[in-house]
Amino acid sequence: MTGRWAWLARLWGVPTGRFGLIVVLAIGATAAVSLVWTPFDPQQVEISDRWMPPGWPHVLGTDSSGRDILSLIMAGSRTTVVVAAGAGAVATALGIALAALGALTARWLRESVAVLVDILIAFPVLIIAMMISAVWGGSLWVVVWSVGIGFGVNIARVTRPELRRVLHSDFVLAGRAAGLTPAQNLLRHLLPNVAPVFIVQLSWGMAIAVLAEAGLSYLGFGAPVTEPSWGLLLAQLQQYLTVYPLAVLPPGLAITVTVLGLNLLGDGLREATDPTLSRRDPAARLHVPEVTA
Amino acid sequence: MIRYALTRLTLLVLGLVVASALIFLTLRVLPGDVALLVAGVNSSPDQVAAIRESMGLNRSLPEQYLEWIGGVLRGDLGTSLLTGSSVADEIAQKAEVTFPLGILSLLIAIAFSVPLGVLSALRRGRADGTAMSVTAQTVAAVPVVWAGMMLVVVFAVWLGWLPAQGFPRDGWADPGAALRALILPALTIGVVEGAMLMRFVRSATLQAMGQDYVRAAAAKGLTRTTALIRHGLPNVGLSVITVLGLQVAGIIVGAVVIEQLFSLPGIGRMLVADVGARDLPKVQGELLVLTGFVLIVGFVVDLAHRLIDPRQREAA
Repeated sequence: MTGRWAWLARLWGVPTGRFGLIVVLAIGATAAVSLVWTPFDPQQVEISDRWMPPGWPHVLGTDSSGRDILSLIMAGSRTTVVVAAGAGAVATALGIALAALGALTARWLRESVAVLVDILIAFPVLIIAMMISAVWGGSLWVVVWSVGIGFGVNIARVTRPELRRVLHSDFVLAGRAAGLTPAQNLLRHLLPNVAPVFIVQLSWGMAIAVLAEAGLSYLGFGAPVTEPSWGLLLAQLQQYLTVYPLAVLPPGLAITVTVLGLNLLGDGLREATDPTLSRRDPAARLHVPEVTA
Repeated sequence: MIRYALTRLTLLVLGLVVASALIFLTLRVLPGDVALLVAGVNSSPDQVAAIRESMGLNRSLPEQYLEWIGGVLRGDLGTSLLTGSSVADEIAQKAEVTFPLGILSLLIAIAFSVPLGVLSALRRGRADGTAMSVTAQTVAAVPVVWAGMMLVVVFAVWLGWLPAQGFPRDGWADPGAALRALILPALTIGVVEGAMLMRFVRSATLQAMGQDYVRAAAAKGLTRTTALIRHGLPNVGLSVITVLGLQVAGIIVGAVVIEQLFSLPGIGRMLVADVGARDLPKVQGELLVLTGFVLIVGFVVDLAHRLIDPRQREAA
């Protein structure tokens, strides 16, 4: 593959990138399949089937009310995908807006935005989430908005210097000289050039969204009890931890593999799109606010 | 240095003001009527009006905000809607659990991430080095709740060495029992945070190994490892200090979740309960204390970094 899609071939060539891509595609596929088919109805209570060990027909066993764990995990991936995509969209919109304000506007505004971004970065996502859910109660929107806001400022912080660098590059000057309006110039030259940095950040942000969803749903601020969610499932299985300790394995593994996949996809994308970055700045990864929820 | 400290201090004060304003606005302005919440659904309009008057809710927002901040500066974080007790007193009491938990978690995280991070960098390209960094990457992706459950299963359910939940009712009266209650929770946070820290130590070490002064020392006849330890590690230590500031935020967040899992009567669990009960004045005070703490730690870490690193001092 050449040209536009060459980065995809490079991504496939990096082992971490390949693993990340496979995991993310697999989760997406699971979520899509669960829309039309799961082995059992994920919310179907079958008291006579409670606490079945893994086997046939319940491949991963059943929980305290006889619900099929595999079906719950499959349906839960939907929630995960929706939350990750939603948080990613909010973070993208906010991140681009703040980065543009911080790079392209008048000096006083640029610097105020930069200071504001520096301040907001110190807010842990969970704290933002609790602020929001204290007001509106718990829901998946809380997760989408809190991760979106929390990660949007990170994207802004990382994208802004790239944006400024590109802004002073020759081809943008040439575009301006050729008579492009600032908006045309922005779309044609700036965004494609900052996209790599940005997509890498987005991938890490989605990993945080997945962890945040699990943590917030566990605490009761995320998915409502009627919604299939990995974090919620962990909370429900926790009461039986001393009797059925291994029941919490599937949801925990599902979350871990998804987060790992998104993290590695980000690492792989970084290597594929900018091979110098990892050598230049090993700390670049650490602008990420880790939500260890 | 002094100029840097003043600039950084301005940023800290600005940060605290912005944080308090955001918390105040989110909790006070957007939702429904706090007075109605206190009075109860069945109260008469007169009762609600009286409560609004007594809580100062009929005054303008800037006035209310200034009064709140004025109270905070005097050490008064407000009173709980539900119990009427002082928020500051409750936080101070719950901190007896949360602070030791946080410090213990941080110590555990540092204790294993620094040596393992350096070791995995030295063993890079070999099977054991790769195994170490793959493990770190994986553990860093584990949700803290689940890590806690796994540790409970192994150390409380199967081995029976440590309590699965709870904290002594009389607090630190029996330090041994209190400490035992904190070991598993602290280990949970420490391991997950430590895995992230280890990845950072590893990449900082790799970077140091590529530096000219380490290579020069190795060329003079030191072994690669000795050269790294004598000349490279002080620099690794410096960059680790910066990351510790970020880790503190992670540990606070971890504590909120883990106190819930282990039924520990700390600030995190109190916050979760208060958010659930919509005790807004209390949530407001608690959030301010937590974010203030994160901001202040960031400030101290930045200053410490400047003080220790001569290169940065010269640059300033």
